[in-house]
Amino acid sequence: MTAPILQVKGVTKRYGGLTANNDISFDVAPQEILSVIGPNGAGKSTLFKQIAGFVTPTTGEVIYKGTKISGLPPHKVARMGVVRTFQETTIFKSMTVRENVIVSHHLRSKASLLGFFFGSSQAKADEAEFGKSADDIIDFLGLQAIRNETASNLPQGHLRALGMAIGLATQPEVILLDEPFAGMNHDETMRMVALVRRLRDERGLTVLLVEHDMPAVMKISDRIVCINFGEKIAEGTPAEIQANPRVIEAYLGSEDAAIGM
Amino acid sequence: MAPSRISTPRLLGVLAFLVGVFVLVPAFIALTGRWDFYYTLTSVALLSVAAAGVWLTFYIGRINIGQGAYALTGGYVSAILITQHGISFWLTLPLAGVFCAAVSVLIGLPILRLRGVYFAMVTLVLTEVARLTALALPITNGAKGITSIPLPGELSIFGLTIIPDFATLENPKLAFYLMAAVLMVVTYLVLWRIVNSRLGHLCRSLQQNEELSASIGVNTAMLRVLAYAISSFFGGLAGAIFVAISQSIYPSSFVVQDSVNFMLYCFLGGLGYVFGPMLGTLLLYFGWDLLSVAKEYQLLIYSGALIALMLVLPNGVLSLLDRKGGRK
Ligand SMILES: Nc1ncnc2c1ncn2[C@@H]1O[C@H](COP(=O)(O)OP(=O)(O)OP(=O)(O)O)[C@@H](O)[C@H]1O
Ligand SMILES: [Mg+2]
Repeated sequence: MTAPILQVKGVTKRYGGLTANNDISFDVAPQEILSVIGPNGAGKSTLFKQIAGFVTPTTGEVIYKGTKISGLPPHKVARMGVVRTFQETTIFKSMTVRENVIVSHHLRSKASLLGFFFGSSQAKADEAEFGKSADDIIDFLGLQAIRNETASNLPQGHLRALGMAIGLATQPEVILLDEPFAGMNHDETMRMVALVRRLRDERGLTVLLVEHDMPAVMKISDRIVCINFGEKIAEGTPAEIQANPRVIEAYLGSEDAAIGM
Repeated sequence: MAPSRISTPRLLGVLAFLVGVFVLVPAFIALTGRWDFYYTLTSVALLSVAAAGVWLTFYIGRINIGQGAYALTGGYVSAILITQHGISFWLTLPLAGVFCAAVSVLIGLPILRLRGVYFAMVTLVLTEVARLTALALPITNGAKGITSIPLPGELSIFGLTIIPDFATLENPKLAFYLMAAVLMVVTYLVLWRIVNSRLGHLCRSLQQNEELSASIGVNTAMLRVLAYAISSFFGGLAGAIFVAISQSIYPSSFVVQDSVNFMLYCFLGGLGYVFGPMLGTLLLYFGWDLLSVAKEYQLLIYSGALIALMLVLPNGVLSLLDRKGGRK
């Protein structure tokens, strides 16, 4: 394995008496698609929040390209190239799809806010570039038809895609997708799976994702990390995970016993 | 984003507005001899400058009921600098704004983390804190306030007189009106530019979802403080000019009621429109004045009309424009 782009090292998060994450460690290779699975309440979102800087680990650390990023505020982590999308569909509701994507290019502005205020030539160049890049992303995700729709009017499937577009606009190297297929039917999911692959293949991204849709996870992942009650219980290829007795036990003990295909 | 290139009808609208403010109003007053209108309109212009600041805090998703505190602070800064340090009014004007902005950074850092009703409540208290501070501090001269503040002096650059000494003017009322009107126009120009530049887009992202805003790399804490500081700067400016007009300031010159009014102006004019607070100020301030014929029923009718307006036009008076556009 090449040098990892992201390392989770002994991350523990306690909320009062509740241990949401307990000493979780794993590495992520560049341009890998790694899924984090586990029953409801296992601590998956908590783990993502810690990687993206929304929550500081109680102990342990997250290393990105050799630099510690845990404990930094989310905007700094995003600036370094690690960006999270949200489990809840989180978008800017009263903006259009295109406005959503354009505003999310914030990280790439070269002009200062004052420059934007006075309309400096750098600011104009930035705006033009953001517009073009936003159109590229919209095309990439197949959202052309709804480019000028107000986000609050969109159906669930489109909202998920828009959430991803917002993430992409920041030009991350590592993108964390929290349940990107939730609320989608089979066809939509399969289209999304193909899209996530293209994120890696065409844009060179490293993708971490949390997902409950097991067939999709098995199909898309290079490797899988399984957590239960805040602890990592298994790590490996989809085939290894499917055959792992601890994983099967964890899933049989919960309502969605759908670890098989 | 919304095209920031100015369309011809919009340009004409702005021109008409400027002609109205700087030509028609003075002409009308000269013809009718209603010199008292100058005082009313000057107040409207200044109040709308403070309201513009409140509107900007609304734009980042915070309900600001504390602008009176900054108007009061700005007024005192100007009054103290003029009377105790002999500094020219024209210099105290930006200083009052900058002082308020600096104070608001210190206050804003902790309180801007609060949202919704919690932030609103804290700001509501601010005006009262400012009043009590003015009462207690020796430099503000307690309840006696600061009086007999000289009128704005001459402003000249390299010996060239740009603005004459107000005390030598035959008609300082007109001069104050023009000064307030210029300030108002500049304030709304700045506000319009902010809203239509990247800064405004980021403020909007903050208003709609702070977490997501942070995850696209926006330093949300910094941006909130920046918007609040600009808001307070406007409050300080307006306060300083009010003091110059009345030539006096007391701890009760701006009270909680004023802070509430600034917020109402924004609500009534429309939170989604840059020029909302200006229109809201004009309507409410004039409306209140006109209703004085109703004597003891003035407050009843005024509040009734306010409630009715908010029910019928929850997005402000300016939302009428959009409705018309929608029917086309
Ligand atoms: N801010 C918080 N304060 C207290 N407890 C929390 C907090 N955030 C999460 N938890 C708890 O931590 C545990 C793990 O939550 P988390 O959201 O990470 O689960 P999850 O694996 O993402 O679940 P799901 O599959 O339902 O999304 C849960 O028991 C949750 O109640
Ligand atoms: Mg979750």
